[in-house]
Amino acid sequence: MFKFEKLVFGDLGWGDEFLLAMLMTLVVSVLSMGLGIFIAIFTAWAKLTYSRTLKFIASFYTTVIRGIPELLVIYLIFFGGSSLVMKIAKVFGYDGYLELNAITISVIAIGIISATYSSEVLRAAFLSIPKGQTEAAKSLGLSKLQIFYKILTPQILRHAIPGLGNVWQVTLKDTSLISVTGLVEIMRQTRIASNVEHSPLTFLITAAFLYLFLTTFSSKFFNFLERKTNKGYA
Amino acid sequence: MFFNISSYITETLIYKNFILIFSALDETLLLLLISLPLGFVLSLIFALGRISKNTLISRAVASYIFTIRGTPLLVQIYLIYFGLGSVKAIRESILWALLKEPFWCGVLALTINTVAYGAEIFRGGIQSVTKGQIESGQALGFSKIKLYRRIVFPIALRQVLPTYGNELILMVKATSLVSLTTYMEMTGIARKIMAKTFAPVEAFVAAGILYLFLNFLMVQLVKYLEWKYNPHLRLNN
Repeated sequence: MFKFEKLVFGDLGWGDEFLLAMLMTLVVSVLSMGLGIFIAIFTAWAKLTYSRTLKFIASFYTTVIRGIPELLVIYLIFFGGSSLVMKIAKVFGYDGYLELNAITISVIAIGIISATYSSEVLRAAFLSIPKGQTEAAKSLGLSKLQIFYKILTPQILRHAIPGLGNVWQVTLKDTSLISVTGLVEIMRQTRIASNVEHSPLTFLITAAFLYLFLTTFSSKFFNFLERKTNKGYA
Repeated sequence: MFFNISSYITETLIYKNFILIFSALDETLLLLLISLPLGFVLSLIFALGRISKNTLISRAVASYIFTIRGTPLLVQIYLIYFGLGSVKAIRESILWALLKEPFWCGVLALTINTVAYGAEIFRGGIQSVTKGQIESGQALGFSKIKLYRRIVFPIALRQVLPTYGNELILMVKATSLVSLTTYMEMTGIARKIMAKTFAPVEAFVAAGILYLFLNFLMVQLVKYLEWKYNPHLRLNN
């Protein structure tokens, strides 16, 4: 059954390994979320433009990625990614063997998935700003860049925080799938420890608790951000 | 000319993969056909438990929902498939007949997962039924069961159809994780093909097209249900 003695820190247990694995999960989640928001800004912008081509490309991207399982996206990027990189390198005259490391692949894969959800959040946040504000800013003579930075961005961020909090929870849980790339995060560490100690239940329950810890505390953090940014808005 | 094109298509690797993965579609559908109806019924029951006035029941359901929604589905699948299988008492019990099969472990994990999300969705729907409607039902002398069957559930279910539709699509995608417990559904077959042909892109793109198609059907089903049960919201009759 559950063996507490296997979870001590040091050479006798797996405590320190699991702590490092949790940090790895956190790092990959933060990086993927960041990459996701970065891609999402362009995707949301493409969806809001008048250009039909851009709109089509953006909605094709979000529909396809959201319509196929996350695991397939990760497999596709993990197994198909390095051959693509080598093909690109060949164009530039490099002929050797190239491979992206596990963490880069993971961040790209989870980031591409997370971006589809973030883009919808950002788009909705943008649409929730009344048009009158942009018009008022225009009539005051603000440039397009100024309108974007001084009027739109602060409000988009405020409106988007609850939605991005949800995306963060999904992204955090999606990182459990990247164990297939061999990156030692919580799930991979669980597999390794269970194989060595022949006690999968102990380590799987540990993994569940670590994920619960991460999701609970990050939701507290997002609640705090929401309260802070909504100061003065009742 | 046409003949040449069709024979060219049937010669490509992606087409061959597509046929192979298509033959595993029923394995994926079987997972859904059992876990979705089961999950739907249990979600309704759990939603009632969540809003129950008995604090013991409502707290128990709330902590169940909290735990399941706070952990990844992969952990739940592994816990049931590898975790429970390592307990001697379970291996010797009658449950083992079911739990030794990756298929039933998958069904169990998917059901447990969707119930947690579904119960929260239905709770929102049930609580959105306005008080006046319940009171008028009571004034007409409806019993509690009749009140729920005739008034609360029909209104609540209509309300949550789009949200529950999202959950259904997430479930279609979630079935791919069951392939990690050696169960050979579409993703599992795609991985096997990749190991054999060393052509990952063709294998996973073929599987991806099938999942897209499955989700497209799911979206159409939800749209149809919305159209059918929300006639007052139809744009053109």
